[in-house]
Amino acid sequence: MANDNITNKQSLPALTAADFEPVNINERESEVIKRESLTAWRDTWERLRRNKVAMSGLVALIVIIIASILGPYVAYWVHGYDYQTNDLMATNQKPSALHWFGTDDLGRDMFVRTWSGARISLIVGVAAALIDLLIGVIYGGIMGYFGGRVDTIMNKFSEVLYAIPYLLVTILLLVVFEPSLGTIILALTITGWINMSWIVRGEIMKLKSREYVLASRSMGAGTGRLLFRHLLPNASGPIIVTLTLSVPNAIFAESFLSFLGLGVQAPISSLGSMVENALTGWMYYPWRMLFPAVLISVIMLAFNLLGDGLRDALDPSLKNK
Amino acid sequence: MARYVTSKLLYTLLSLFILITATFFLMKAIPGDPFMSEKEVPAPIRARLEAQYGLDKPLMTQYVNYLGNIVQGDLGISMKKLNQEVGNIIGQTFGVSLRLGLIAVVVSTIVGVTLGLLAALYHRKFIDSLVMVVAVIGIAVPSFVLASLLQYTFGLKLGLFPITGTKTLLGYVLPVMALSAGPIAYIARLTRSSMLEVLNADYIKTAKAKGLKWPAILWKHVIRNGILPVVTYVGPMTANVVTGSVVVERIFGIGGIGKVFVDSITNRDYTLIMGITLFYGIILMAARFITDIVYVLVDPRIKLTSGKEG
Amino acid sequence: MKKKSWMMLLTLVLVIGTVLAACGSAEETTTTDSGTPTETTTGEGATTEPATDANLAADQTLRLNLSAEPPTLDPAQAQDSQANTALRFMYEGLATIGEDGQPKAGAAESWDISEDGLTYTFHLRQGATWNNGDPVTANDFVFAWQRALSPETVPAPVYAYQLYYIKGAEAFNTGETTDFSTVGVKAVDENTLEVTLTNPTPYFLGLTSFYTYYPVHQATVEGNEAWAADLNTMVTNGPFTLTTWTTGSEMGWTKNDKYWDAANIKLTNVTASIVNSGATETSQYQGNEIDYAGAPTGEIPTDQIQPLSEQLKDEFKLTDIASTYYYEFNTKEAPFNNVKIRKAFAMAIDRQSLIDNVTKAGQTPAFGFVPTSIAGLNNQSFRDEHPDSDYFKEDAAAAKTLLEEGMKEEGYTTLPPITLLYNTSENHQKLALAVADMWKNNLGVEIQTKNEEWSVFLESRKTGNFQIARAGWSADYNDPMTYMDMFVTGGGNNNTGFANEEYDALIDAAYKGGNDPEKRMQDMAAAEKILIGDNMVIMPVYYYTQASLTKPYLKGVTTDFSGAINFTRAYLEQQ
Repeated sequence: MANDNITNKQSLPALTAADFEPVNINERESEVIKRESLTAWRDTWERLRRNKVAMSGLVALIVIIIASILGPYVAYWVHGYDYQTNDLMATNQKPSALHWFGTDDLGRDMFVRTWSGARISLIVGVAAALIDLLIGVIYGGIMGYFGGRVDTIMNKFSEVLYAIPYLLVTILLLVVFEPSLGTIILALTITGWINMSWIVRGEIMKLKSREYVLASRSMGAGTGRLLFRHLLPNASGPIIVTLTLSVPNAIFAESFLSFLGLGVQAPISSLGSMVENALTGWMYYPWRMLFPAVLISVIMLAFNLLGDGLRDALDPSLKNK
Repeated sequence: MARYVTSKLLYTLLSLFILITATFFLMKAIPGDPFMSEKEVPAPIRARLEAQYGLDKPLMTQYVNYLGNIVQGDLGISMKKLNQEVGNIIGQTFGVSLRLGLIAVVVSTIVGVTLGLLAALYHRKFIDSLVMVVAVIGIAVPSFVLASLLQYTFGLKLGLFPITGTKTLLGYVLPVMALSAGPIAYIARLTRSSMLEVLNADYIKTAKAKGLKWPAILWKHVIRNGILPVVTYVGPMTANVVTGSVVVERIFGIGGIGKVFVDSITNRDYTLIMGITLFYGIILMAARFITDIVYVLVDPRIKLTSGKEG
Repeated sequence: MKKKSWMMLLTLVLVIGTVLAACGSAEETTTTDSGTPTETTTGEGATTEPATDANLAADQTLRLNLSAEPPTLDPAQAQDSQANTALRFMYEGLATIGEDGQPKAGAAESWDISEDGLTYTFHLRQGATWNNGDPVTANDFVFAWQRALSPETVPAPVYAYQLYYIKGAEAFNTGETTDFSTVGVKAVDENTLEVTLTNPTPYFLGLTSFYTYYPVHQATVEGNEAWAADLNTMVTNGPFTLTTWTTGSEMGWTKNDKYWDAANIKLTNVTASIVNSGATETSQYQGNEIDYAGAPTGEIPTDQIQPLSEQLKDEFKLTDIASTYYYEFNTKEAPFNNVKIRKAFAMAIDRQSLIDNVTKAGQTPAFGFVPTSIAGLNNQSFRDEHPDSDYFKEDAAAAKTLLEEGMKEEGYTTLPPITLLYNTSENHQKLALAVADMWKNNLGVEIQTKNEEWSVFLESRKTGNFQIARAGWSADYNDPMTYMDMFVTGGGNNNTGFANEEYDALIDAAYKGGNDPEKRMQDMAAAEKILIGDNMVIMPVYYYTQASLTKPYLKGVTTDFSGAINFTRAYLEQQ
């Protein structure tokens, strides 16, 4: 073996000066970034787009949104059903060619009601979750970043607010405001943001003593830059998980509100209130619970998948994996 | 640390005072009172009732009187559950919720961590997917639906467990399942992502390179380091679960504090509302306080400050 | 990546599959159950025969569910039907209600009534004792009633007004006098109780079986305010003694061997879970955890009434009870200040269709206020003697005409916005939506429905902050007066703003006219005609029924006119 190597070496052609060329020593040029420069959001989107699971969650959501807008009209065009007209001669009908999802206890078409319910639930869930996100991140960020007395006072304030019986607050809201979508969202967010703020606070507390924060600070970065460029993006994982969970939470909390009389007023309904309505008789009329319940589950699933994908896409440590 | 704890305690007392004040006036602001029913109470009898409970006095006087009683440790007597002391009602019903809640916490922590760990160890294998499917279902099915499906299927149709009541150990199975489904799912996800992070960390590679046995690495390094987020989640979750779930208590017929609290609000049972709110407030603040301490204990990089400096 | 998308698909399939499987299996069982031959329980004939000890089950433990814990077990303080059921085990009044609905001897062996109907002399049972062995004396009744009426009692007993039939009781209760000797109750001797009434009251005997009239044990009550909050300090005179009470979870009673009629009490134990969920209760029943389900102790969800009535044909029962479901108009608020508009709304709904398709519990359509199970004279019901069919008729076309006339009178081109108010409940909501839909179809009027939390709702109704509101009224005693005195001018429960002198005069005459029962009933019928036929102050919807399930081996359960249930004489047969 060794002998063979030696023989090969000897057969190599001799090197001449012409075989060499000088290395480019222009430092300026060596610093040029060859890859196209992407903004943080573009970058995230690119990575998200390559994540098929997350994209299927997104597609499912888009399909549900379109169906919730068009579904009621389709049933109206085909059979002339709307969400509120009773048909007492056709109560609790099984799904059929006439009523695709069956009918409920007042003979109303479940197909129309399921999709128009999904519309209400999505509006309420997404709006409440976004408001929670906005308030929670700002409040929690300030608590966690400044710490000390600011943290103690703001933290205690949120605890007090959290401990005040929610039922009392919503009953009072009901007395002061007329029931409407806005009132419901208000009722859901009045304490809904607290959990988010606690999560953000915990993350920021953990992150702010990390080396890169220290480095950035010593290079003169201000509070805003530290918070929004370093701390929050690094805390985005838990924030997004909480956000994706708070959409479905809001959807269910809404059904609790309609139970109290603060939710959407009958005959309008949401998915949550439809499920609750069907709960006492689901063993006999399963379709009345099945369709709204499955739709809620699919919505939650889609939000979760999308959320997981977003978290991966936003996480700087996973950049080139 | 001592200074930190003292200052926290003072702030907590102040918060409880604000909580009592806010709840008291909120409660009085909403329509209704403890003596309302479909059949109107005759005016002279109502007037006497109000006088006996001090509800005829100006609001501020009522408030000051209540504060005075609280300071003396007197939570008062329920206005609806006649002649029953608020303290006793809380004691009895909280015991029930606490027992059920603690079982649920233990079960969901053990199951959740195990599932999460399995998923992390078998990352991108069948087990991983299975665990994540279970986790999503746990979150996707609302507790009132889950509780009633469990009760109907395992209680009534299969007859495996009692439909209601927790007189026997078996009676705990279904309520605990209903209570833990959500937390199990959440803990499993949390554990999985945190364990994955740890498994890829350099010190694990070092430990492997040093030739440490895998079970030792798993126990000493992976689990110890990966469990932190779970610990911080379990604290507040415990506070949440032991204070009673109205839905589960109602469906499985468990005389816990969650049900009593909601009933007290529906009944406008003023003394009971205040008593339970105060009690919940203390539990919540204690749980949050402990979580903060745990943060410091498990991660020395985090500093808790009580002074002016941030 | 491929694995991940596969995982999502699996999740989807599992989510849908779980729900489908659960629902599917449930449905299958439904069909099998209803297919089971129902001829198995042919022992119907045996029920009338007295139970011989031979066919009694060895374990005489009755298992019940209560939908709520009785807030109190103090007879003077009780106000609700759960307390009624519980107290009936533990106490016995002067009279009890027999299976035929007529008063029969209870703690009193017999009684004499004076000719003017004002003085009742009760002869107490010799040898009847409390469960601690003390004799039950006339003084115990005097003490109990004085306690219920006394302004000193804390908290003030709300149902004290149930004793106002007794002479001087109201004055003593409201503090006009502090001298209890002015009240018409006297212990003549240990075993004789003399009661004097303000007006002749034909239903007074029935009232003495009501909990406010129960005796209490003086030595126990005096000096311990919280005696009724602890089972160890309760001394009772009924067939059972409370032996377990876990707050919010469970109550249990054991047979009281010292009860005078203990020989005829077959149950040895009664247990009651406390579950406030109709769906859970029917599961408990089907899973054999309880022997009786449904009203008045609990509830069968509306969605389950129809399937259960087919599946468990022999166990399912609907009973007419003395309660009326109605909508009340606020006669001070536009547009219901106009009688023609009120009438139009009342005429424009189809009550039978609502009952068949929405409420589904075989209720009776109501056109009057007094329900069918309230007694009239000569063993007939008041409703039979004074039918409600003359007050008004359902007629969509006539209603529409009437509405137009009413609108013309008020100068409306369109009606002002109308809101129908109800308290939060699945059943009230369904009915409100169905009624609103009928108004829309028959009158062309779009109305809003609005639900409010119970106390908020009561406050709105009390302060007149409504246009039409849902209401229900259940009888306190077996006489039309329990309904008819409600709408007198300024009455505590009259939220409608209705004030009518003729009506007031008729009710007053009926109050005092106990000695002429015939005329008294006619006065009340005339008042009802003014209330509904002429003025349509309230719009009756239906007379309630209550749905219940009784295991075939449970016998001897009786229900009175009001739906109140008596398990004390029940027994369990061998299965």
